[in-house]
Amino acid sequence: MKCPAEMVVYMHEYLDEEISAEHEKELRAHLQNCGECQTHFHELKKTIALVQSTSHIQAPENFTAKVMARLPKEKRKVGVQRWFRHHPLLTAASLFLVLMMGSVASSWDQDHQLSVSKQPNLVVQNDKVIVPEGEVVKGDVVVKNGDLEIQGEIEGNVTVINGQQYMASAGNVTGEIEEVDAIFEWLWYHIKTAAKDAVYVFETGETDKEK
Amino acid sequence: METIVKKRIKQVLKGDQDAYAEVVEIYKDKVFQICYRMLGNRHEAEDIAQEAFLRAYVNIASFNIDLKFSTWLYRIATNLCIDRIRKKKPDYYLDAEVAGTDGLNMYSQIASDARLPEDDVESLELQETIQREISKLPEKYRSVIVLKYIEELSLNEISETLDLPLGTVKTRIHRGREALRNQLRYV
Repeated sequence: MKCPAEMVVYMHEYLDEEISAEHEKELRAHLQNCGECQTHFHELKKTIALVQSTSHIQAPENFTAKVMARLPKEKRKVGVQRWFRHHPLLTAASLFLVLMMGSVASSWDQDHQLSVSKQPNLVVQNDKVIVPEGEVVKGDVVVKNGDLEIQGEIEGNVTVINGQQYMASAGNVTGEIEEVDAIFEWLWYHIKTAAKDAVYVFETGETDKEK
Repeated sequence: METIVKKRIKQVLKGDQDAYAEVVEIYKDKVFQICYRMLGNRHEAEDIAQEAFLRAYVNIASFNIDLKFSTWLYRIATNLCIDRIRKKKPDYYLDAEVAGTDGLNMYSQIASDARLPEDDVESLELQETIQREISKLPEKYRSVIVLKYIEELSLNEISETLDLPLGTVKTRIHRGREALRNQLRYV
């Protein structure tokens, strides 16, 4: 039996889900009577099922990383912006540090005059502070932005900030000698004194309570 | 999903390369699958799929944000595959008998995945047969069949993706189906 040629066309229309009701009726009627076309139709559906059954394969490992590595380099600006976005804590910390350094540096700059703790028998000459021979200075001596020459005796600690201390052979210091040079040491010195003060306040508080 | 992709693409357009990683992540399997079904070889498929994402990135400025990104991306991928198929002059076939051996073909030269359980091997063989038959289709039928039955695109989407009239897409799908039927009916 010679089948009408349009039957195969109808089959494909059906498979594309674009068959009209009229064609579908015609196709169904024909299929019921024609084994050959039935087989053909069945084979087409089977083929589609087979093709669709090919398991969904996945891209190889590290595919995305490999693609990203091959992309042309992006503009620097964006990279920096993203770094800031991804590290908010570090950004905040570094911003804080920058501002801190600014204020420290400015107070450092303001501090460039020579200053000396007030003891009556200290002699100041230009940028140099002298403990004269035979004199005994009582209490701690602090010299900022200048040198300290010790010819006599100091009963207490010596701190020289941004300067140097020279000890004559006859000189004598009963306490510790400390020299602070760089900005960081200066900063550290401030932190230490602040901490000491705090501890001191705390301790006196405690003893007050005990009393 | 399209909205996420659009958002990422806008970021990429502003120059944020990392946003593209997410786009690749979303489409990598689909694009790899198109390439694999078109080329029938994992190694080549990976190569072309990467190339497709690279091309898409480089030309992202020419993508019309109002259209579907997947359509655009699949078009790049299928075109690259077709180029590759046309350039490729196969110098040996796996089916060809190896010289000096008695009935051994190139299949026997490939290390078999012996660790697979028996029943898996059977379905694997079937998969290979199907893939081989897809690979044998002329590329104009192959691309429409892959997009229709593996990527499950609609006829309209295929026509957009391949930039072909709808009628041509239909004709090619019909012929592709018939060609595959001839090969696969006794499987």
